[in-house]
Amino acid sequence: MVGLPSSSRKSRSLEPAIVRAMLGLQILIDGFAISALYALGATGFTLIFGVSGVLNLSHGAIMVAAAVAAWALAGNPLFGTYLGALLGVGVGVVVAFATYFIVVRPIQRSRAIAEVEKEIFILTGTLLWGIMIQEAIAYLYTSNPKTVRPLVDGVIGIAGVRTPINELVTAAICWSVIGLLWLLVNRTRAGKVLLAASINPRGVTLLGFELSSVYLLVWAIYGVLAGIAGVLLAMFLGVSSDGIGPLTASAFSIVVLGGLGSVSGSLAAAYVVGYIETITAYMISPAYRTIPVLLLLVLVVYLRPQGLLGRR
Amino acid sequence: MIALRAITRSRLVWISLLIVAIAATLPLYVSAYILGLLTLAYYFGVFAMAWDLLFGFAGEVNFGPTFLIGLGAYTAGILNSRYGLSIPVCVVAGAAAAVAGGVLLALPALRLRGPYFGLITLVAVLLLQNMIVIFASVTGGEIGMTVTDVLSIDETENYEYALLFMALSGAILFGLSRSPIGLILQASGQDPIEAAALGFNVAKHKLAAFCVSALFSGLAGALLIFYLGTASVGTVVDISVGVQVIIAAVLGGRRTILGGAIGAVFLIVAGEVLRPLGELSTFVVSAVALAVILFFPAGLLGMLMRGREMR
Repeated sequence: MVGLPSSSRKSRSLEPAIVRAMLGLQILIDGFAISALYALGATGFTLIFGVSGVLNLSHGAIMVAAAVAAWALAGNPLFGTYLGALLGVGVGVVVAFATYFIVVRPIQRSRAIAEVEKEIFILTGTLLWGIMIQEAIAYLYTSNPKTVRPLVDGVIGIAGVRTPINELVTAAICWSVIGLLWLLVNRTRAGKVLLAASINPRGVTLLGFELSSVYLLVWAIYGVLAGIAGVLLAMFLGVSSDGIGPLTASAFSIVVLGGLGSVSGSLAAAYVVGYIETITAYMISPAYRTIPVLLLLVLVVYLRPQGLLGRR
Repeated sequence: MIALRAITRSRLVWISLLIVAIAATLPLYVSAYILGLLTLAYYFGVFAMAWDLLFGFAGEVNFGPTFLIGLGAYTAGILNSRYGLSIPVCVVAGAAAAVAGGVLLALPALRLRGPYFGLITLVAVLLLQNMIVIFASVTGGEIGMTVTDVLSIDETENYEYALLFMALSGAILFGLSRSPIGLILQASGQDPIEAAALGFNVAKHKLAAFCVSALFSGLAGALLIFYLGTASVGTVVDISVGVQVIIAAVLGGRRTILGGAIGAVFLIVAGEVLRPLGELSTFVVSAVALAVILFFPAGLLGMLMRGREMR
């Protein structure tokens, strides 16, 4: 769904075997970075579903909103790259909360909507909300692609493959954030409540925890995750408001592939998707890069609807 | 027979007939430009009504109405532009292709729950879009293709065709939804296990719903391109077109069938009225649709009916 890094690195014409080995290494490195980004993007999506049963179709819009905010702020000498990126993540959190308070919570609490139909209403509502964000971004900042200056400049050679340092930094940040999330969920009290809520919401309520504050926490975490993923994406590949639909679709497919609500499944699926796309783009043609994943998705959903590591 | 009597007694039907009759006289006093807009809206109305049969009644979240529409449109378009077949043959072939696509979608729908099936329909659209771009020599790729024949070059005639088509489709879909079959569909959508326990063949009814929905989507898609004279991804396949169809159906009122037509006309007219806002018009339309969902979940028609005679 996302274009390859623009810096196409052609290996000098050596012997074919070496060329092939270098291509393999390049796919390995590029695929790793892209997959890490996919993993971070999909983690928030699956977390929200796991805890509150919400499939947030404005996911891509929140990512791009954070990215565009970082782009606009980083361009201002007052803020600079680092503060701009940080504030961009902040905007991601704000938009995530807006999504929750304006769209999701009113539907969850509505008496006019039957319980069985809430899921579909949330899907439709967040979809519309995503379109609104997309149009607002396009109106304020045009739909041209935007690239944020990377946190770290420069290029490094890994066994002869020239790799932008930013690519490695991106992967490192993604994995650190995912690691922090793991610590939060498994090692802190608030995180354990969150985990419990995803397993049995009613049980958590009976133990005296306020479910609505659990939801607030999970939406805050979600906003941070989506914000970071969006800003990193803007540094790595660039974002545009037209790319919002495909972004949501790829997060959705990764999450379904891994199993709805399963974070570890999403991480595994992100790597499967990232590598299949990268291999297709390098070995066959960039034009076909999404097709094998779509076919795989259809196959998995037919044969194993609960996904690779799904609970149900 | 009971169903028939209930239909003739329903006030909604008579009001609808009156509105269609008034709409038929519009060419006498409005400009060709407005007629063109409404023609488009009527085809969209059929898309939305066909979608409502699946969503409102069978309870299937179909994010990819454009998969069925696009299949119908492109099949008809390719047969016409490459093989020179006449319009009726092309339209029938397009509808047949859409029904085949509907059966293809129905198979996973019978096994999967809400979000999973929704994703499959989304993937179906993306795959179709990819195929159209890859086989650009046949389909015209991203630019689209021109069909050789058109329905008519006269705006009034085009308008009357579209109105007639929408009225007939609406009547059939509405009749179906009020028939025992519609009730069984509704039951299987809400609680498939109980419906099956009552002795209804859920799979058979859902499959039928998919076929009927696909039939009308395909017909409308094929007719639409013979009205426009071109078929392109942006007009009949793109996900944003599907989103418009969904918005129209939800806006008009789920589970009302006729609401879809109202929603489609409202959407297209609103888009036109808001044109001075430029890029913001889509924003406003989405905001209005969101507000309707949040505050009037039953939709425009549902709000008017207030459940008095609809149930």
